[in-house]
Formats: sequence, structure tokens, C-alpha cells
Amino acid sequence: MVFLNALPGAVAEGLIWGLMAIGVYISYKILDIADLSVDGSICTGMCVCAVLIAAGVPAWVSMIVAFLAGALAGTLTGLFHSALGIPAILAGILTQLILYSVNLTVLGGKPLVQISAREYDLLLNMSNNIHAIIMAAILIAAVIVVLWLFFYTEVGLTLKSTGDNPDMSRAQGVNVKLNKVVGLALSNGVVALSGALLAQYKGSANINEGRGAIVIGLAAIFIGLSVSMKIKPNFVVSLIGVIGGGIVYYVIYNVVILLGLKTDYLKMFSALIVALFLAAPYLKTTYFTKQKSLHPVIPSEKKEEGGRTDA
Amino acid sequence: MLKITDLQKTFNPGTVNAKTALSGFDLHIKDGDFVTVIGGNGAGKSTLLNAIAGVWKPDFGSIEIGGVDVTNMPEHKRAKFLGRVFQDPMKGTSPDMEIAENLSIAARRGTHRKLIWGCTRKEKESYRELLAQLDLGLEDRLSTKVGLLSGGQRQAVTLLMATLKKPKILLLDEHTAALDPKTAAKVLSLTDKLVRENNLTTLMITHNMHDAIAYGNRLIMMHEGRVAVDVCGEEKKNLTIEQLLGLFEKASGSQFSDDKVMLSK
Repeated sequence: MVFLNALPGAVAEGLIWGLMAIGVYISYKILDIADLSVDGSICTGMCVCAVLIAAGVPAWVSMIVAFLAGALAGTLTGLFHSALGIPAILAGILTQLILYSVNLTVLGGKPLVQISAREYDLLLNMSNNIHAIIMAAILIAAVIVVLWLFFYTEVGLTLKSTGDNPDMSRAQGVNVKLNKVVGLALSNGVVALSGALLAQYKGSANINEGRGAIVIGLAAIFIGLSVSMKIKPNFVVSLIGVIGGGIVYYVIYNVVILLGLKTDYLKMFSALIVALFLAAPYLKTTYFTKQKSLHPVIPSEKKEEGGRTDA
Repeated sequence: MLKITDLQKTFNPGTVNAKTALSGFDLHIKDGDFVTVIGGNGAGKSTLLNAIAGVWKPDFGSIEIGGVDVTNMPEHKRAKFLGRVFQDPMKGTSPDMEIAENLSIAARRGTHRKLIWGCTRKEKESYRELLAQLDLGLEDRLSTKVGLLSGGQRQAVTLLMATLKKPKILLLDEHTAALDPKTAAKVLSLTDKLVRENNLTTLMITHNMHDAIAYGNRLIMMHEGRVAVDVCGEEKKNLTIEQLLGLFEKASGSQFSDDKVMLSK
């Protein structure tokens, strides 16, 4: 019963994190870059959205600005990597650190800005979970449709090929460096948009929010793709799977809390789950694949050998 | 069509690993020439192709394609002049994308890519016909991911991609070396067909002397980053492997010895 009461909240939060995971999917799966700036850009999305709403800006405008702020952060990571030659993972960490200062500034030096659903007109809030689920689902569906259309345009296809095979892309006249910047901007924009939803859902933006977001995003991707790749390995199904992965993650999260596990351990468990998924392909090939015999023993040969020893 | 003047390139300069790959390389190729390039390990064949493609900048010298100086042009901008097929069959195609999508990216090489549909239905029909010519049964697998194809099939698709938008120069970097003999022969005859049909200016590196003589209208043998032997026209048509080795010895002052090349003659 307690679980059923917690379920709508878990689904709503799972949807929001699923959207965040779609952002991570763009960098991690499509561009083949492990972009750590998302830990900062989800918080940027929260801060920008909350501060603007608190200043009386309509929620939808605040969300668009949050998206743009995230895209700007992604552009920075992209430029660090493409224009300055910094390894992608370090470029992400640098941006993440920069964003901490930026986010503090956005919040006006305070660690927390609150936007109560009673005072402000929010798109969604935890005070009405069913409404929140519907609004989040509509927004996510719109994002998926836009991404689906985009990734099948001339530009979008080259973004896919950039991550899949940079050599081929360059040979076909694709500006791989520029594409990485564009892709990271898009990815972080989507992540910041999910941050904007999260701020409204929670009714606040907190400077410490978003730490380890990449891990939750990856967990949602792995959970989602493990199912969706079996159904149909195409783009839209993958994205829907990732959203599903986010929901599953939060439902499990809530179950674990209900079982009485100390919440202090949750991040550790998330990280261990992701480690397991990341290690799975390696474990499979290293420990669980039987070596195929290069010279299968043919029965007649065996007999011959036996004969020789007899002689 | 292609004019290379005094091209020089040293890798790891100033270190014990310094390796001069091109030392004052000159080459002038006319429109419609099919040039085969042969040479031992480290003769600078692949370095030459990468220099033309713009993988890195040369230390000295210039490269002109169709009258345009491309020496300092980045790789992706130069791509509009070039069709490329790599030695590694995995390198020329995007494995996680469909055959049609790969072709559609190649069909837009050198154009400004826009936010419009990237692979139209009409386009797919034309790809179906093109793929049917390959005779590999790929025409019914337009939406198959390229990663599921064999090395030979991928190389054939890469060839199509390189020639879909007619390049000023087709660069083939030992593109059959990683294939089994039967598939290699098939890909090579396909190459010859495409080059003839489209009248493409082509530079083909090979380690097979027989192929180097059999294909194209001009043969270049490289040695220590320079052209050692350069034969064309009738002389090339009647060339034998023994004659070629003789010419090489005379020009370079050393016996040609490269196991890979010698064993495959």
C-alpha cells in the first residue's frame, strides 16, 4: 500500500530523469563521448528555471531559457574538446566545475531558491503527481518527436556518423569537430530542460543537485536499451526505452527506500549498478566465453592415434 | 587534375624515431588518368594518399587539385574533391547506420547540409538500382545496418560511396588488401568498372604487381618517398614484372625486396 502511494511520484520523477537520460544518450551513445558536464548542466537548468519563475517569468519561457543555458554549457565543453584539443572527459569535468560557480551566481549566492506551487504557476509539481506525469509525458513525447525528425535530417545523419565513424565522416566532408560541438550543445540543452522540470517538480533549485546525474542517466540508458534493443533496435524505440529505463530506475529506488535502506548508500548502489552494466561486455568475452577448439577432434583420427600408441 | 610539387613530410622530427616518408615528391596527373602506385613498406605510398586527403599538413611543398591549392585546406573541406576507399574495410562506412543512410551521407559530400530530410524515398530507389549492379544481393537490404555486412560487401559499398558524387580524384589505399583473393578480385573489377563508367581520375595503391600492371594507364613505383619508376601508355601495357623490377633496380640502385609485394606477384 505504501508502495502504491509512492508509485505516482516515482513515475513522475522517473520520467523527468528519463528525459535527462535522453540528453546523455545523445552524447554517450550517438557522439560516443562520455560527457561529465551534464552533472553541472542539469543543475544549471534547475537554477535558471527556478530563478526566472521566482522573478515572475512564465514557466514555459523559463524552460526555453534553461534549455538554451544548457546548450551554452554544452557548447563550452565542445569547444574545450574540439577547438582546444582537451580530452572529452576532462573538458566535461572542467565545464562541470565552471558551472558550479555559474549556478551559484544564478542563484544569487544562495544555496537554495524555492518556487512553491501555491505561489507560482508551474507546469508540474509533486503536489499533483498524476498531473505531473501527464505534463511530463506530453513534453517528453514532443522532445522525442523533435529529436527523431532532427536525427533524420541531412545534418542529423552526419551527427550520427560523427560518433559512429569519424574517419568515414571526414572523408565524406563532414565537419566532425563542429558536429561534436553541436551534439554536445543539444545534449546538455535536453539535460538542462529536464533540470527545469525537476526544479518545478520539487519546487526548488538546490546548488548541490545534479551530483552524479551522469550515473543515473547511464543507468537509465542501460536498463532501457537492454529491453528496447530486443524489441526493435531503432532510434525512437531506443529513446522510449531510455525513458522507461528512467522510470524503472526510480521505481526501484523507491522500493529500496521503502525496504528501509539508508538513503546515504543510494548513490553508491547506483554507481555499482552502472559499473556492472559497463563491465558486462568485458566479463562476457573474458570469463564466460568458451574457447572454440581450432582443431576439433575427428573420431577417425582419434582411432588412428590410439592405434599408434598400441603399436 | 592533380599537381603535387616538392612534397615533404617527416614523422616525429628531431627524435630517434624520425622517419622521412616523403622527400621532395613531385607528381602531375592528367584528367582521366588511372594511376597505380606500388612500392615497398615505408616507401611513402599511404603517406602520399593521406597528404592528398589532408589527414595532416605536409612540412613543405604544395598540392593542387583541379587548379585549386588545397595544401592548407582541412580534410573535411577537401573531401568535396575526393572519393576515398581505405585499406581497412571498417573505416569507410558507418557500421551502426543503414546502407541507404551511409549512401545518402556520401551523396551530399561537398554540399552544405541542411535541416531537410536526409534520405528521401526517391533517393532510396536510385540506391536500390546502384546496389543491384554490385551483384551482392544488397539491393534488398537498404535498411540493413552496414556493420552486419562482410568486409567485401562493406568495401563495395564504400566504393559506391566514393563515386556516388563524382570526385575529381578517386583515392584507393590498398583497398583490396584486407579481403580474401576471390572477394578482392571482385572488388577490383568493380573498381575498374566504376572508374571507366565515370571516367574518374584515380590513384590506386596496391601491393600486387600484377594488378598494378593490369589496371590503369600509368604506373608509379615509389622508393624512399620519391617516384622511382614512372611508366605510362603503351610501355605500361606491355610491361612485365621482370622488366618492372629491372627498371626499379636501375632507378633506385637497389634490389626491390618486400616480402608482401614479392609474394603476391
